[in-house]
Amino acid sequence: MADALWYFARGSGVISLVLLTVVVALGIGARSGRTAFGLPRFAVNLLHRNAALLAVVFLVGHVVGLLFDPYAQLRVFDLVVPFAGNYRPVWQGFGTLAFDLVIAIVVTSLLRHRLGARTWRAVHWLAYLCWPIALLHGLGTGTDNGTAWLWSIAALCAATVLAAVAWRLTPSFTRYPHRADRQVNSRLLPAVAPTSGSTPTPAGAPSPHAGTSPHTGSPTPAGMPGVPEEAR
Amino acid sequence: MSRLHVDWTACDGRGLCAELLPELLAEDDWGYPVPKGDLTVPPALEPAARQAVDRCPALALRLTAVSAERAPASS
Repeated sequence: MADALWYFARGSGVISLVLLTVVVALGIGARSGRTAFGLPRFAVNLLHRNAALLAVVFLVGHVVGLLFDPYAQLRVFDLVVPFAGNYRPVWQGFGTLAFDLVIAIVVTSLLRHRLGARTWRAVHWLAYLCWPIALLHGLGTGTDNGTAWLWSIAALCAATVLAAVAWRLTPSFTRYPHRADRQVNSRLLPAVAPTSGSTPTPAGAPSPHAGTSPHTGSPTPAGMPGVPEEAR
Repeated sequence: MSRLHVDWTACDGRGLCAELLPELLAEDDWGYPVPKGDLTVPPALEPAARQAVDRCPALALRLTAVSAERAPASS
């Protein structure tokens, strides 16, 4: 019975990894804007969120179980500060790092409407860092790391995420591939001709913000003078 | 009463809002939402509208309060 915490921590760790794999795959799939498994887009989105929250529950169980386990002998700051552990500090540190990243991703997602889309997305991209670290942690320090079943689960998880990433990188990933370029703000592109919708400087009109192109006679205009760098 | 506001510069046309609010929004040929009316949200659709605002991946939706005597601000 004294081993209960130990077994619980091991099991919940594996379940967290599987759930995080599902979350990453669903997150990538949701980004495609397609329906999946007969579910509408918003349901895929909700499944992604709820699986993530469930993964956090198991992750907290994994971490708290190890904190109180007499065998693991973790200190409280081992849960937050990576690479400071007494036992296999690197592999354990990967787990701590992944835990910190998951907490950061989940908290910023819950506060998404207050943080704004840009900050939220920047932190959310850390998932691509977090998931491999979590996988390494499980394979490196997991007590079951010699067993065939754990390697099978890990291989299956890795194959799932790699397939999703490979799909993400294909040109036909999104629902409307022909409008993918619309996301690029033309003002952020280097030296493009002004398109309709933008306000080019009248030719010959000297502007205090004008660049050097009018003086050199270059066919390319001086971009968009006076446009702040943080456009949009 | 409240009114749904679409921030068109932020909208990425992911299509979640048109699924959650088919009474107020249709989808155009590129997957972007098309308002069917003036986007005034009837009370019965408030929960769905709130969910659409909450789920929008681009944070492009907002609910604004509309009082009966004041005309809604033209967008």
